[in-house]
Amino acid sequence: MNRQKNISQGVDYTIIWLYGILMAIGILCIFMVEYRTDTNWVQSFLSGKTNYSKQLIFAGVCIIIATLILLTDSKLFTAFANLFYVFGILLMLATFVLGKNINGSKSWIPLGGGFNLQPVEICKIFTALALAKFLSRQETDFSKLKSQILAGIICLLPAVISVAQHEAGMALVYFSFFLVMFREGLSPIVLIIGFSFVALIVSTLLIEPNTLAIILSAAAILCIYAFRKIIKKSKGLLYLILIIWFTSVGIQRFAVPFIFNNVLECYQSARVYSAFGKDYDCSLNQRSAKKSEKAPKKPDDYNVRQSKIAIGSGGFWGRGFLKGTQTRGKYVPQQHTDFIFASLGEAFGFVGCFVFLCIYLFLLFRIIMLAERQRSTFSRVYAYSVASIIFFHIAFNICMTIGLFPSPGVTLPLISYGGSSLVSFTMLIFILLRLDADRQMVLR
Amino acid sequence: MSVFNQSRGRIIQIIFSAVFLIITFQLINLQVFSSKYKLAAENNAIFRKIVYPDRGIIFDRKKRALLENVISYDLVVTPSETKGNDTAAICELLGIDTAEYKKRIKDAIFKNTRVKPSIFEPLLGPELYAKLNENMYKFPGFVLSERSVRTYPFNTAGQLLGYIAEVDTAYLRKYKNDGYEMGDYAGMNGLEKTYEKVLMGQRGIKRFIRDNKSRIQGPYENGLFDTVAIAGKNLYTSIDVEVQQLAEKLLQNKIGSAVAINPRTGGIIAMVSSPSYNPNVLTGNQRRKNWGRMVLDTAKPMYNRAIKGQYPPGSTFKPLGALVALDEGLITPSYGVACYGGYGGCNGVYVRCEHKNPGHAANLRLALANSCNSYFSDVFRKAIDNKKYGNTIDGYLKWKEYMNAFGLGRTLEVDLPSEDKANIPDTSKYNKFFGGARRWNSCSVLTLGIGQDKMTATPIQMANLMCIIANKGFYYVPHFVDSIENETEADTAMLGKYRRQHIVTHISDSSYKAVHDGMNDVTLYGTAAAIKIPGHQYCAKTGTAQNPHGKNHSLFVAFAPKNNPRIAIAVVVENGGYGSVAAAPIAGFMMEKYLNDTISTAGLAEVERVSKVNLIPAAIKQWYFKKDSARLAKIALEEAAAKAEVAEENNKPITEATLENNSTPIGDKNTEPKLKAKPSLLLNDDKKKKRASGKP
Repeated sequence: MNRQKNISQGVDYTIIWLYGILMAIGILCIFMVEYRTDTNWVQSFLSGKTNYSKQLIFAGVCIIIATLILLTDSKLFTAFANLFYVFGILLMLATFVLGKNINGSKSWIPLGGGFNLQPVEICKIFTALALAKFLSRQETDFSKLKSQILAGIICLLPAVISVAQHEAGMALVYFSFFLVMFREGLSPIVLIIGFSFVALIVSTLLIEPNTLAIILSAAAILCIYAFRKIIKKSKGLLYLILIIWFTSVGIQRFAVPFIFNNVLECYQSARVYSAFGKDYDCSLNQRSAKKSEKAPKKPDDYNVRQSKIAIGSGGFWGRGFLKGTQTRGKYVPQQHTDFIFASLGEAFGFVGCFVFLCIYLFLLFRIIMLAERQRSTFSRVYAYSVASIIFFHIAFNICMTIGLFPSPGVTLPLISYGGSSLVSFTMLIFILLRLDADRQMVLR
Repeated sequence: MSVFNQSRGRIIQIIFSAVFLIITFQLINLQVFSSKYKLAAENNAIFRKIVYPDRGIIFDRKKRALLENVISYDLVVTPSETKGNDTAAICELLGIDTAEYKKRIKDAIFKNTRVKPSIFEPLLGPELYAKLNENMYKFPGFVLSERSVRTYPFNTAGQLLGYIAEVDTAYLRKYKNDGYEMGDYAGMNGLEKTYEKVLMGQRGIKRFIRDNKSRIQGPYENGLFDTVAIAGKNLYTSIDVEVQQLAEKLLQNKIGSAVAINPRTGGIIAMVSSPSYNPNVLTGNQRRKNWGRMVLDTAKPMYNRAIKGQYPPGSTFKPLGALVALDEGLITPSYGVACYGGYGGCNGVYVRCEHKNPGHAANLRLALANSCNSYFSDVFRKAIDNKKYGNTIDGYLKWKEYMNAFGLGRTLEVDLPSEDKANIPDTSKYNKFFGGARRWNSCSVLTLGIGQDKMTATPIQMANLMCIIANKGFYYVPHFVDSIENETEADTAMLGKYRRQHIVTHISDSSYKAVHDGMNDVTLYGTAAAIKIPGHQYCAKTGTAQNPHGKNHSLFVAFAPKNNPRIAIAVVVENGGYGSVAAAPIAGFMMEKYLNDTISTAGLAEVERVSKVNLIPAAIKQWYFKKDSARLAKIALEEAAAKAEVAEENNKPITEATLENNSTPIGDKNTEPKLKAKPSLLLNDDKKKKRASGKP
């Protein structure tokens, strides 16, 4: 009794409630995908053979892990942060040796008993801890470029390994740490440049290359004209504008085609193109051409199209629990993992989706609130990391299912089927809760 | 430092909110404003299965079913599920080789994709069904599926009932609003076609949820939107199946037609066109083959001569000539003509008469009884040259109007498809023929008066004419269907035209009596005196139509009994000679059967005799003979090929194909050199290969 009180002391119950609600919604969604009218669902829930009953087992495991985390001392995380990070990187590197090929990416380590571990999921936690540790060091002055670059390396090292494992989607999530760094004093210019870069790539895909070049040139000339008085005084701005113009056109004319044709795989390029309603010609792709001589299939946005149909058919009020025809007909591939949002959208419609998004947003805001009330930099950085990671997952996943973004293969936090994903988010959240519970104790 | 950047927490919150707002906008766009996704979802996931109702049954006038539905089975295959199939066993059962099996599977995949069932072998025979049913467990992916097909217990009335067949693309285009789909069956001829909508019933639709591989997952919304199939409605016709069978029998070995109508209702009692066919040959798995054979048959068994055959009515037209003149008031029943063996009223045209004694046409009754050509030529001229209408053209037009009113030269709208209107020539025809409107007169077309010249009529038109005379001036449009089970308003409207009385003439009963008496005299001492109906007086008229292509057509029209007629009949036997010889006995027995319900014992022997009389023209007989001998020759060639095969297997070099002693190839010796080359063509493929590889 005494001990129980000790654990629960200072723990933020709102987040635990939200965590529980989301996990329950997740199991229900997986149940909707797997459900067949003629099966006895009570029995199959207990049998452990269907995905929803497996998810239930994962949930049980998660509760144990959560309890264990709450039982530990929060000092442990600060102390072992770097060690964890190294361990995580080694684990990711180990996949090159031990890796098992699941859905085309060799990023899984078989654990036996049909369970597999995806180190890139777990590594997010370690990276968050490592980043927090690095930023909270007394000797770190984050206003210096050197520390900023170091922090960037800490964040992007797992991403690089992940790209090498053909898990480009997960790599994208590691960019979420830039939000954290922004909070900790990274110049907003980095974010703006990043955003502009994305905008440039998107417009390259959407607008015909020559037209875009003309538009960019026109914009540059307009800028020069607008700032002509300042330019007269100092030539610096002129050079800056010219450099920006030059890099933009360079990116648009050469870098983007180079990335799509030489860096990305054919299917990845095709997905990106199809998200913007374009067809990608795979014969241009050097990597695919090297790999196999045979002509690749025509790119197909089947997944996203079916997902949009499922969500769109939900309408305002939805079709009702277990009544979605698209879900029952298994039209959306990977619906229990990446496209789980489609079943939710079909069954509960716009209203359901909106409520669901509100729960997520509430969770995110709650975490930020928690972050801001931390007294130690470590805890705050970590809390922001958690919020950013969850936010990136949600944004990428939902934007993918509703056709706003190419499908990178990112799970929906706490909803998608999958042990690695569920366990890693549980750990993320409960480490945060542990840190938060001890916020009075730890000063640095 | 943390205090320094506090505001940035707010910015991060704003970024989060902005992204969620974008997502919400896209959700509104997808879920609230776009309806196309809902539609796409329905198309994706809801499978509409059509439930076929039973087709309606057609009954005769005594409620005997002329056709029935029986369950037949199709062997249906789902190509994607045939893994691990005992292909050899199924091939052996069906009597096909593996190549054919593969071809059929390929066709099925092409037609209906790999995951949907398609028909592998349609309409299995009962023996094959039994064999397959025992062994079904060996053949995963194959199922036996039920289908309702027609059978005809009386083996009769094929041309009237028509047949059902799978709809083709042309049919689907034509009836695209009626909800037919590929693979459906629909009435293609006869009553099946005319009453398709009634017989078809109303299909039910069951909605199922299907998955991404088109597999059925279960009913959609628990069958809330399903509709029930409503069985097709039965038709009650006026056909008397026994009279129909008798008529078919009597017309055996002849080319011709017989139509019997109940004059009181217009209901058709029997309608035969010979040669006819057994409707059962157009059901079952031999359907296509039989159909092809009959279509190519030169005697056209599928051609309904009763509504399509056009014959000059000859003397059978004479009562009508009299009626026209009577209705116009040009003659009275006592009007007579002095005939001395022919009509000489016109210069250059002389119509011969069979009788020479003066007074054989002293009045209408006598003229009809003796079938006096002079009398009816005279009456015809009176009608054409009627002063009331001024000139020949107008007189002719009025006469033509009469003809149309009596149902000649136009379709009667009987309830069978593709009825012909035969021919009452228009004035323009004659203007063209004679080279101008003023260059012909009643004399030029004089033989119209005795049913010759360019005039033709179909047997049903002749029978309908008898109905008008029997009814003394009115008729109902001839039809088969008296009533429809559970008649709706639409059905009643459809049958309405058959229930309306058409009044044609306004002649007094006494005048009609003269016509009736004259026609009765025909059966008493006239041309039809040899034909009697036990227990009944009847009225008739024989006809012998001149046929430019061969022997005269034999025609006979009649109605019986004389008082209160219940049956009107017209019989045509092509190339049958005199009307009294070939056509009259057939009509006589049909009327006897209908009126007395039986045929006297003496009559039965005569029926047998008449049915055996062969009046098929030599040209057609020749055609059949050639076809038969060609078939025999083909059999002989096959046997020769088989023999050559044996010789090959014995490794003896073949020099010449030998024939069986008792089978001969086609006619002359010229065919023999061809014969030597042919056997290899008749071998099937793998035997050919064997032969090729066997050769050194």
